[in-house]
Amino acid sequence: MDDLRPQGGALRGIERDPASRKKFLKMVGAGGAGAFALLIAACGDDGEKTSSNTGSSAGSSSGGGSAGASQFGSGDVGIAKYALTLEYLEADFYKQAAESGMLKGQALELGKQFGEHEQEHVDALEAMLKKLGQKLPDKPTGKFPLDSQESILNLAATVENLGAAAYLGQADKIKDPEVLAAALSIHSVEARHAAALNSALGKPATPDGGFAKPASMDEVLKQVKPYIAS
Amino acid sequence: MSNSPTQLDAVEIHGMTRQSFMLRGALAAGAVYGAGAVGPFVRQALAQDGGGDVDVLNFALTLEYLEAAFYKEAAKIDGLSDQAVEYVETFGDEEQQHVDTLSNTIMQLGGKPVKAPGVDFGDLSSEKAFLKLAVTFEDTGVSAYNGAAPSIKSKEVLAAAGSIVQVEARHAAAIRLLAKEAPAPEAFDETLSKSQVLKAVKPFVKA
Repeated sequence: MDDLRPQGGALRGIERDPASRKKFLKMVGAGGAGAFALLIAACGDDGEKTSSNTGSSAGSSSGGGSAGASQFGSGDVGIAKYALTLEYLEADFYKQAAESGMLKGQALELGKQFGEHEQEHVDALEAMLKKLGQKLPDKPTGKFPLDSQESILNLAATVENLGAAAYLGQADKIKDPEVLAAALSIHSVEARHAAALNSALGKPATPDGGFAKPASMDEVLKQVKPYIAS
Repeated sequence: MSNSPTQLDAVEIHGMTRQSFMLRGALAAGAVYGAGAVGPFVRQALAQDGGGDVDVLNFALTLEYLEAAFYKEAAKIDGLSDQAVEYVETFGDEEQQHVDTLSNTIMQLGGKPVKAPGVDFGDLSSEKAFLKLAVTFEDTGVSAYNGAAPSIKSKEVLAAAGSIVQVEARHAAAIRLLAKEAPAPEAFDETLSKSQVLKAVKPFVKA
């Protein structure tokens, strides 16, 4: 864990950039939501017989513990709900990690900063879904092993690498270009988190080599299931 | 904790369309065996999608040429730390893989890959200079791909671009951490237009 010694506040003084959130909201905001709404209307008969825009499609009444892609519904709205569920879990993880008192120095700095990012992702995705008149997905309650700095960092790395793979797995399924742009701007941030954590742990920043591997919705939900309490 | 990156090795392929699987397989094979080996597969995978994406791919190729040349040049710096040497070798190799596969994909789409630009990285003689420029190139690369991706028409090319931009973002974060900068400076990565990107890299391109 040599790499995790405190670095004289190298990361201190880096302030949250409220401009980035504004940029995102602008991206998926008025114009985005409008285009998005039209798209949903247009998608009504694109072969998916199940309605793509009912917030309460099969499974959403059960807890977040019921892993299964169908709980989110189809189309871009389904993908946004899926992404929000993952972001809920990530934000909750960093919150619990910060409160555990186990993190020190650089690990604490990274944990705090990444946690803020995940919360901003949550806020933005919630705002987008609300704007579209969609019901928000259930917020899962996370249960994470937080007994040492090393276990927290390892779990953070696992979650972030999975998160990056999850966004990558949806990129070519998103229909609306504005939603795609927003998802991509989150995807690369998850990748940055993953690489920073991997590096801090002395693991390769690019474990897949030159081309990152995607993960499907079902696979991701299976992987995160052990960390969802209800 | 038994959570290791190898756990994630199991996470792939499921849910991919046959086309995207074929293209990705071909792209990966191109990286390993060279461009000539994978032609027929890529052509097959992209047969239905046409060649409207050649311009975007050539734009990406120009950036990848620059990045690959940059790491090649950085490898000559004396006195780099072990960590920097590792990044120069690994990341440089990955940028070269991007160059090879983008060139190949462009040819399979019936396009002509642009030539490598002449480069001038100025006084690239210290780790400090290397880190500073590396952050610039990798961050610009992320914003360039993120900016261009929504205009890509082929799902398969989009998926490939996504898998490349994730690697650029990982490079950026690792280099930033070594440079004692925030690995992820913002919650949402900025997007840059093609003209903004070309302006940003202009100082390093020799006419």
